[in-house]
Amino acid sequence: MKSKGRHLRAVDRLTELAEDIYRQIDERKIPKMSIPLRTKSNIRFDRRSGVWKYGRSMGVRSAKKLTGAQMLLRTMYMLEFMEEMIRNNKSSTLREMYYISEGWEKAKFSAQDESNMLAEDLEIITACMREDFKLRPEEDGARVIGNITIQETDRKGKKKRINCRDDVGDSGYGIPYNVEKDKISFVDCDADMMVAIETGGMFDRLVENRFDEEYHAVLVHLKGQPARSTRRFIKRANEEMKLPVCVFVDGDPWSFRIHASLAYGAIKTAHLSEYLATPSAEYIGITASDILNYDLPTDKLSDRDVQALNAEKSDPRFSDQFWKHEIDLMLDINKKAEQQALAKYGLDFVTDTYLPEKLTELGIMK
Amino acid sequence: MASIAHELAKKQKEISVSEFFEKNKHILGFDSLTRALITAVKESVDNSLDACEDAGILPEVFVRVKKERNNEYNVVVEDNGPGIVKKQVPNVFGRLLYGSRFHARAQRRGQQGIGVSAVVMYAQITTGKPAKIRSKISDDDVAHQCELVMDTKKNRAQSTKEDFVIWDKEHGTRLEVNLKGKYVQGRQSIFEYLKGVAIVNPHARLTFVPPDGGTIVFERSTEDMPPPTKEVRPHPEGVELGELLTMAKYTEAKKMTSFLNTEFSRISLRVAREVLDHADVPHDQKPSRLTLDQAGAIVDAVHRVRIMAPETDCLSPIGEGLIRKSLKNVLGDLKASFYAPPITREPKVFAGNPFVVEVGIVYGGQLNKEESVQILRFANRVPLMYQQGACATTQAIENVDWRRYGLEQRGGKGIPFGPAIILVHVASTKIPFTSESKEAVANVPEIREEIELALKACARRLKTHLNKAERKSKTRVKFDIVQDIIPMIAQKSAKIVGKPVPDIAGTITKIMNVVWVEDGVTFDKKKHHVSVKLYNYTPKSQRLHVHMVLPYDGVVGKSLSLEPAEVRNGGKVTWDVKRIASTEVFELSFDMKGLDKDEYDENELYVSGIDPASVIGADVLPGDWDLEHVKITEEKPAEADEGAENGEVDYDEGAEVIEDEE
Repeated sequence: MKSKGRHLRAVDRLTELAEDIYRQIDERKIPKMSIPLRTKSNIRFDRRSGVWKYGRSMGVRSAKKLTGAQMLLRTMYMLEFMEEMIRNNKSSTLREMYYISEGWEKAKFSAQDESNMLAEDLEIITACMREDFKLRPEEDGARVIGNITIQETDRKGKKKRINCRDDVGDSGYGIPYNVEKDKISFVDCDADMMVAIETGGMFDRLVENRFDEEYHAVLVHLKGQPARSTRRFIKRANEEMKLPVCVFVDGDPWSFRIHASLAYGAIKTAHLSEYLATPSAEYIGITASDILNYDLPTDKLSDRDVQALNAEKSDPRFSDQFWKHEIDLMLDINKKAEQQALAKYGLDFVTDTYLPEKLTELGIMK
Repeated sequence: MASIAHELAKKQKEISVSEFFEKNKHILGFDSLTRALITAVKESVDNSLDACEDAGILPEVFVRVKKERNNEYNVVVEDNGPGIVKKQVPNVFGRLLYGSRFHARAQRRGQQGIGVSAVVMYAQITTGKPAKIRSKISDDDVAHQCELVMDTKKNRAQSTKEDFVIWDKEHGTRLEVNLKGKYVQGRQSIFEYLKGVAIVNPHARLTFVPPDGGTIVFERSTEDMPPPTKEVRPHPEGVELGELLTMAKYTEAKKMTSFLNTEFSRISLRVAREVLDHADVPHDQKPSRLTLDQAGAIVDAVHRVRIMAPETDCLSPIGEGLIRKSLKNVLGDLKASFYAPPITREPKVFAGNPFVVEVGIVYGGQLNKEESVQILRFANRVPLMYQQGACATTQAIENVDWRRYGLEQRGGKGIPFGPAIILVHVASTKIPFTSESKEAVANVPEIREEIELALKACARRLKTHLNKAERKSKTRVKFDIVQDIIPMIAQKSAKIVGKPVPDIAGTITKIMNVVWVEDGVTFDKKKHHVSVKLYNYTPKSQRLHVHMVLPYDGVVGKSLSLEPAEVRNGGKVTWDVKRIASTEVFELSFDMKGLDKDEYDENELYVSGIDPASVIGADVLPGDWDLEHVKITEEKPAEADEGAENGEVDYDEGAEVIEDEE
């Protein structure tokens, strides 16, 4: 297996981590571990790659405190579990690992978020990826429709060519959790752009209205916050097929964050930004300006929405003129709108009017 | 209040006292239907308990309240007291201000002899029905019974339908009345009143049959009678001018010296002469010739002469042990987390009357956290149900800044909030009430101050407990870290790197740096097992003394894991633990036999000979070993460094929550 090398490297790195803890106890110290802080104040723009990565601020996980001690113990259990999987050539989903921890007594996780976070911590510390640890996410069902042809190596090792318009049903091509070169390669593409869409409803609307065919677009359904594989797939298509990417989401603070994680890099996975983010991706809408310009049906901002917007004002990823303006405007009008609010003007409005107007404005459509 | 009673007595000449009562029933506690019913039960029960105690009988009181029609209730109160001889019945139950109590200075529930006859009178006024009384004295074979019809004008009762009946009771009295009233539940109810009675009368057994059926029994929690109270002569301190003049007028003494000597307590002939010298009154002057000026001079002189505090064996406090026990008994299933050791103050005096204040505090557990604390007020072992705001007890509670002692209180004034019950008992040969209904203790400075002191002393014990609990729970977390987590981290990391498990001693002592004391009591097979574990989580080996207060006679000698170095009176036991190596545990344990489960359920544990800041889980031995309780220990322990070193940021406690991103 080609990937053997990366797994062995992962074992070495994990063992080093355990050695460090062992040595500290042996030296009569309180064991601790340093990890880059995964906070919005510790992400820096990397000029070379054009994405946001972690800065130099470090946090300490120390056995002096209960949480710290617990996390260190969990780390030890997780290391052991990962090394075992690599040795036995097994893999597990993140969810399975969470359930495995049921048998870890004091090191048991109380929620899957905790085990997912720790797996990410280990990625950051070891500079490996969770796939190297034999961990994988659950399928998330993100799908693609459009004239792009890929070659996928299936579970039996057979290579299959799939055209994402002609060889798939109406639900499109499902993006697998592994979209690396050993699994997927891009063969051909006849499209002018890739449109990443937040909601299934809007994705289906564009499919039904044949937007992909009429406007030469590859449509990708993000399913809310896009999974790593979805983001990776988009990035590869952007780089390898030279497809311009634009993001079409709801008009609310959470959708701004979807765009940020896709285009700039997510705070939570900033160690992988270079690998996952597509810096040239453009935000189509819905913008706060759209709400006014198109006079869209709206909802009032909730307290949480306002909080999220205010948090974004101090998020370095949103510090450019465009975002400052949109965030302030949204706070000002105190309104948000869904993508599907465009249906106010009929089912075809989005494909006949809104998208062409916006795409032209962005210079993606001539 | 003596003055009101005098007032009442005077009026007797003009109109009958009974008539006076009829017009003033609010003073006597019959002003509303609800209250009338409670007062009726209360006065009758007080009477029964006094009768039993006077005769040295463990009280057994039965109370039944039955609804007759609309607002009419039938009330039966039956006791196992000595009984009343036949010809006294009309006097005891049918005449106001009758009884031996009025002039006596002794701690009694009933003080003015208004109580039970007022019930009979109220019953007759409201329903027109006479009271039925049955009584049996142990000399007789049969009980006598009768119905009492009152003539409220003449302050006399007429006994009718007299008869003898067989009663399967050795002795006792039963009162049955029909009266207008209203039965309610809640804080001011017959049930709560009887519960209160049970708390301050742990030697009484009470049975209550409420109108809605069922039977509630408050079992006694002790078989010991309170020591009998004596009647005493007034103490000179605080005697009033008028009182002194009256006494001088009616004394049989021929000379001032013998007058002072015989009519007052604590005045020897020598002290009498000293007082008279100070007052410039001739020693052999006839008492009846005492002038107003002279009397005033004597009252002044009394304060300038050293006079022994009044006799206090005339008082019957409940006692620290029993307060706690009966509170526990009565709270039953409602589990509290802490019973502050109750305080029984030394007796003090106001106006020549000795009094004593007792305070108990129950805290936490299942007690209601959201409400004001519950106040249980008692005077001479009688629960006070009404006029809480007017009571010196409440005022004293409101005056204490409870925030200092761990309870919430707005602005440090008023009734505090929190999961607590505060019990205050004032016992005296003469409780100064604000009114004849005896519901609120008057705000006499001496009494109020004593209550405040007792409250504060008890509150300090609560605070000490809360401090300890807080510190312990903080360190408990670390205890879990070093006890469970560090050993496992060491094991796992060793396994991964393929090396022997490292010694964790250094790490553990750095995290804890204390001697951790964990003690417990278990009860099994009629034996108490006491265990005190001392974990030395300091980098050095430690030596210390462990002190406990134990019913030492119960300790099974051969079960002792370490022989005590010293056993003193009062069960004060000291052990010398010579050496506990760093990160080692020493267990001190033993069994005790022959005690009831509830007799010993918490260890009183102290340590000495070690830096107090480095011990968690046990108090420092009080400076005076004879002191039963420690003062607040406010020293801050040299805790292992809590904060981050060198500006380190705790990775897991960042305030920022990463939301909504994959």
